[in-house]
Amino acid sequence: MTPRENATALPVLEIRSVSKRFGNLQANKDLTFSLAGGEVLALLGENGAGKTTLMNILFGHYVADSGDIFFEGKPLPQGSPSASLGLGIGMVHQHFTLGENLTVLENVLLGTESLFALSQKSAEAREKLTALSARFGLQVNPDRLISDLSVGERQRVEILKALYRDVRVLILDEPTAVLTPQESVQLFSALRNMVSEGMSIIFISHKLAETFEIANRVVVLRRGEIAGVFDTQATSEQELAHAMVGRALPKVDRPPAAAGGVVMALQGVSVRQAEETNLYDINLTLRAGEVVGIAGVSGNGQRTLTSLLGGDITASAGELIFDGTPVTNASPRRFIDAGVARIPEDRNDVGIVGEMSIPENLIIENYRDSAFQRAGWMQGQNIEEYSQELCGVFDIRGADEAQQAKELSGGNIQKLILARVLSKQPRLIIASQPTRGLDVGAQSQVHQRLLDAKRAGAAVFLVSEDLEELFTLCDRLHVMFEGRLSLSMPIEEVDIEHIGLMMTGKNFETHNYAA
Amino acid sequence: MRLERRQGVSLGMRLALPAIAIGVALAICSLFLLWAGANVGQAYFSLAKGAFGSRFALTETLTRATPLIFTGLAAAVAFRAKLWNIGGEGQLYVGAMAITFFGTGLITLPPALMVPFLFLVAVLGGGLLLLVSTVLKTWLRVDEVVTTLLLNFVVLLLVDYLLFGPWKDPMALGWPQAARIVEEGRLSSIVPRSRLHTGLLFALGSAVVVWLLMRFTRWGFEIRAVGHNMKAAQFSGIPVKWAVIRTAILSGGLAACAGVTEVAGTKGYLTVDISPGFGYTGIAVAMLAGLNPLGVIAAAVFFAGIYNGADSMSRAMNVSNYIADVITATALLSMLVCSLLVHYRLRRD
Repeated sequence: MTPRENATALPVLEIRSVSKRFGNLQANKDLTFSLAGGEVLALLGENGAGKTTLMNILFGHYVADSGDIFFEGKPLPQGSPSASLGLGIGMVHQHFTLGENLTVLENVLLGTESLFALSQKSAEAREKLTALSARFGLQVNPDRLISDLSVGERQRVEILKALYRDVRVLILDEPTAVLTPQESVQLFSALRNMVSEGMSIIFISHKLAETFEIANRVVVLRRGEIAGVFDTQATSEQELAHAMVGRALPKVDRPPAAAGGVVMALQGVSVRQAEETNLYDINLTLRAGEVVGIAGVSGNGQRTLTSLLGGDITASAGELIFDGTPVTNASPRRFIDAGVARIPEDRNDVGIVGEMSIPENLIIENYRDSAFQRAGWMQGQNIEEYSQELCGVFDIRGADEAQQAKELSGGNIQKLILARVLSKQPRLIIASQPTRGLDVGAQSQVHQRLLDAKRAGAAVFLVSEDLEELFTLCDRLHVMFEGRLSLSMPIEEVDIEHIGLMMTGKNFETHNYAA
Repeated sequence: MRLERRQGVSLGMRLALPAIAIGVALAICSLFLLWAGANVGQAYFSLAKGAFGSRFALTETLTRATPLIFTGLAAAVAFRAKLWNIGGEGQLYVGAMAITFFGTGLITLPPALMVPFLFLVAVLGGGLLLLVSTVLKTWLRVDEVVTTLLLNFVVLLLVDYLLFGPWKDPMALGWPQAARIVEEGRLSSIVPRSRLHTGLLFALGSAVVVWLLMRFTRWGFEIRAVGHNMKAAQFSGIPVKWAVIRTAILSGGLAACAGVTEVAGTKGYLTVDISPGFGYTGIAVAMLAGLNPLGVIAAAVFFAGIYNGADSMSRAMNVSNYIADVITATALLSMLVCSLLVHYRLRRD
């Protein structure tokens, strides 16, 4: 049974002319749409399109400036998360809100039951929880500690937490961003079970393909306004993308691999006592004019590997060779000077100094160049001109108004980082989740920039959770699992199922150069 | 009620901020004056008169502001780099000890060289003291708040020992004080018949230099980057440890200059009470100035004025001069609250 057949005409949730303004920013403008019982409604939109604002109004974190929301025909009291929860609206945030040192059951009870009554109700609660997880296919052991669970399991706990409160409407904020393809399939089947029982789901996503897979209808937001409401049966990816960005997306063409000389090689590299995941015996070769991707569920050592390749940490065994020269214990400075462009995963915390200006952030890696400082004095005029030029070339919007880099939107912060590192004709690009959280417009710009760099002869190393992105850009693919790196596979020879299995540690082969 | 971040705070608003804070502080303190049974208007009038109302009051206020400018700059520079230097008091006394060691006859140069020389040895001494805490912080992760604070007492006890022991001036009739700084090393008076000395000019010059340094130089760029976001600075290849160490020498050195102005300027010789807590007040000065080096000048003059004015208010109105401490403390607190309200707005819902 498809969710479609189950959808009834009666709206569960009605949003009528909701508007919200922050200062000069019209975050939501006159939004009107409804959610039917047993329906999956996808909410698509670029960053800053107003999705989060709307969901926060629905869930009671914000109060709308004007407009009304009706839940099952009755007005929803605004500004009160507990009222929204009480009526039956649940939300699963992108960043989970679970107590790591508590069990699954305790987390579900937290905030639901009075803490003092925990002992008496726990037996009933356990029964209800087990029944719920069987009913919807959300398997999880109620007595395990959250800290022992995988990301996919944690998400199931978040959903169960909402289900336990008998929600009628479940809001999911980019739920598949952290899942393997197999886990996504499981999630979708659980969601289908829920709608078949009459629940309604609002599904926030950037990914067009999965929107088609799960949703009945799609509401596309653009700059705070509704750009269109589409029936998934009667629309196309192109149409949605067009509505989302207001123009047709340039198609990304992957230039043929023209692998040249080895730019960077890792031979038997291990990292112990890493901040996150240790690395074991990593062998990796990055060649000029080639894009090499790393697939894997996050937390399997990708962060450690990119820090290593950016010079941020040093290896405890093995060798890093850049252009034939060992750079095993080199500093970030040395890597930057050698022509390594680093696009960090935490663009706000590591990529920029938010309190400094945009020009200052653009030169922060090469502020010592004679163009930017002479005898210790910063050359304000030159820096300003350089910044003007880069902001134009890389289309950094809002650069004129923003005093501080942190005032830019996520996509423009990423463009700032790209401008900083790519304008220097890098030999090697280390890109870590370069499009995470970006809208499709910004995404395709980032993709284009990376492929341009490849065409210009740079070696590109790409870590991403988005398999679609990896398949679009990469020539070769590795999979990472628990700090180990698989053999590399030419992109033409791999299929997504196989990669998905490898991401969970199955069929995982590593190479040993020492042999 | 909750706080919501405001977009883009205007320059005018940021400049008005300290003025608003001071206004709020004076309003709050008027309650205490009423409690003490004084006429608020007259009390504040006599305070203002005692601070700025005569040639004598003005020169005294500026004399007192001089060391506060230096300790305020020391705190502003260090806090900008997120180096929590609470040891301004200790660094001040190290500066005072350094010039007492070199400047009481050991080395005598012509006046044009002697004064810069004394500043130099003081800066090196103060910088070195803060360097100890900073090296412990950067390499061993020892909390610098603890070490800088505790070193204040170590230094003060050392001064005590020296003044009661080896450095005691035999000509001082038994008072615990060191020998006078040689005449070539004294900071000369800039206003006749007042205690105001050239130390003020050095302080004003330093504020401008520090402002230029932070704003227009490579070092300032590095210090600001490290202070705002150490992780990003590290990632971008900025030598974070060296930037912090340079900051430490600068900050410790500036605090030590306050020791020079007091020993070679105001007093003429080292005693154990040359500073009534200038090092600590410097922190408040820097905060009131929003860590802006030029703002430090105004904040230091304000603090000095309050302390001087409170004395004359206390005489005229028969209220305790502790009201000065209350005013400066509430000014600081209202500065923090006002700055919160400038950057965020309160929303009721």
